[in-house]
Amino acid sequence: MMTLGFVFLYGPIASVIAYSFNASRLVTVWAGFSTRWYGELLQNDQIKNAALVSFEIAILAATGALILGTLAGFVLSRYRRFIGRTLFGAMVTGPLVMPEVITGLSLLLLFVAMEQAIGWPRGRGIPTIVIAHITLGMAYVSVVVEARLASFDRSLEEAALDLGARPAKVFFVITLPLIAPALVAGWLLAFTLSLDDLVIASFTTGPAATTLPMVIFSSVRLGVSPQINALATILLVVVAVVVVIAGRLVSRSRRS
Amino acid sequence: MRRFATVLPPYAWLALFFLVPFLIVLKISLAEQAMGIPPYTPLIADGQVQVSGANYQFLFSDSLYVRAYLNALWFAAWSTVGCLLIGYPLAYGIVRAPLRWRNTLLLLVILPFWTSFLIRVYAWIGLLKANGLINDVLMQIGLIHAPLPLINNSFAVFVGLIYSYLPYMVLPLYAALEKLDPTLLEAAADLGCRPRQAFWHVTLPLSLPGIIAGSLLVFIPMCGEFIIPDLLGGPDTLMIGHVLWDEFFTNRDWPLASAVAVAMLVLLVLPMGVLRRYLTGERA
Repeated sequence: MMTLGFVFLYGPIASVIAYSFNASRLVTVWAGFSTRWYGELLQNDQIKNAALVSFEIAILAATGALILGTLAGFVLSRYRRFIGRTLFGAMVTGPLVMPEVITGLSLLLLFVAMEQAIGWPRGRGIPTIVIAHITLGMAYVSVVVEARLASFDRSLEEAALDLGARPAKVFFVITLPLIAPALVAGWLLAFTLSLDDLVIASFTTGPAATTLPMVIFSSVRLGVSPQINALATILLVVVAVVVVIAGRLVSRSRRS
Repeated sequence: MRRFATVLPPYAWLALFFLVPFLIVLKISLAEQAMGIPPYTPLIADGQVQVSGANYQFLFSDSLYVRAYLNALWFAAWSTVGCLLIGYPLAYGIVRAPLRWRNTLLLLVILPFWTSFLIRVYAWIGLLKANGLINDVLMQIGLIHAPLPLINNSFAVFVGLIYSYLPYMVLPLYAALEKLDPTLLEAAADLGCRPRQAFWHVTLPLSLPGIIAGSLLVFIPMCGEFIIPDLLGGPDTLMIGHVLWDEFFTNRDWPLASAVAVAMLVLLVLPMGVLRRYLTGERA
């Protein structure tokens, strides 16, 4: 049963990787091994530009989500009572399950209303996508950070406080290093979410910014293409390597 | 003071970029489409409040919207069942696996969740289409003579939904099953309970919180899914999330798209509240 489950999970991904090395343009006819599509991919300026835009957005969004999400996770695990805590909790985890079309539409309408009212943001593009992705990513970061803080030995913090350290210093010298693996995992999660998002970015972008998923989507709508197979393979390998390395880092820091 | 400074940044951010946008959606759903920028009528014009229920009336009178709404519920509900039927044995198998294998197996489940959603859906096009891998193999071995219609229909949408959301189902199930105290099963066995009976009377009821959390975690976003019905579905698999997209991008009817969003939210608020209770309850 379990083996079948894994075949179901990995079979489709394996087929994409296999076909990316197919010499034939006809995706299903095997005509021998070739790296031709990778070569063509590197010549494709549209895809290269979109990849740069996507990476820029993902790095900015993941960093913003890390800062705000860490604060939110800290607040949720440490401050049990304050005015509006229920609303805060609902808002933090809301974006996790909210259908993307709703998040995307509502943020776009906000940006348009803000432009009407205060003249900012003027038009839409990379900054508005980054704001949207921070909102989405901070939900994931806060869940990871809150879970880490829940299993956290607070006596270390208390010891530092007893020895006269200021609360802010305790946070940066004791708390942050101890939850570092969760921060790494949270940043990577927010990064890959941003890199992958099609729906929210489509709503909140303008003519100036086209992200990688938008290019993939419009090309996929026209049918399966060998170049997209090659691109998909590169993305899969990059993500797999990063996740495995991060997993190693996290488990090593847990052991030490 | 310090506490205030910690709470304020995320609170203000979420209020501005999560809460206020919904109020704007609600407001615009009560406006009417108009020429110009922005393409909707203002709430207050000439000192008078203009509110129109026309969009909602339209939603409920046009069978297209009602059908898309029901379609979304139908697909999401059955795909949730599908995820559960595949995810439960998977999670159970991982919990029962030798300890040194467990983390690796769990990582193998999570890994597809990290890789691109779009690419995972795309992979199925190559497998399911008329001259795709599955039809090709079946014809080669002579099992069928003409390609089966595997894509652009409900079958493909079910496959896509179950495949894409499976990891979200497995994780809460794994968390619930891992917490289960093995001595309870030993006690059941000592009292003469057969393994199968023990599963139905001990394991399954105790993993119920994981089942509920996992089911809601996949059901809610499935209801609003756009990419899967668009790439794998056909004319008869229209789902409400896709309708919202079309109203916005194709018809440029922002007020109607907003009304669709409000109608979806009304439906999903209750499951979201239940899910929150399960997720926070687990941590407490």
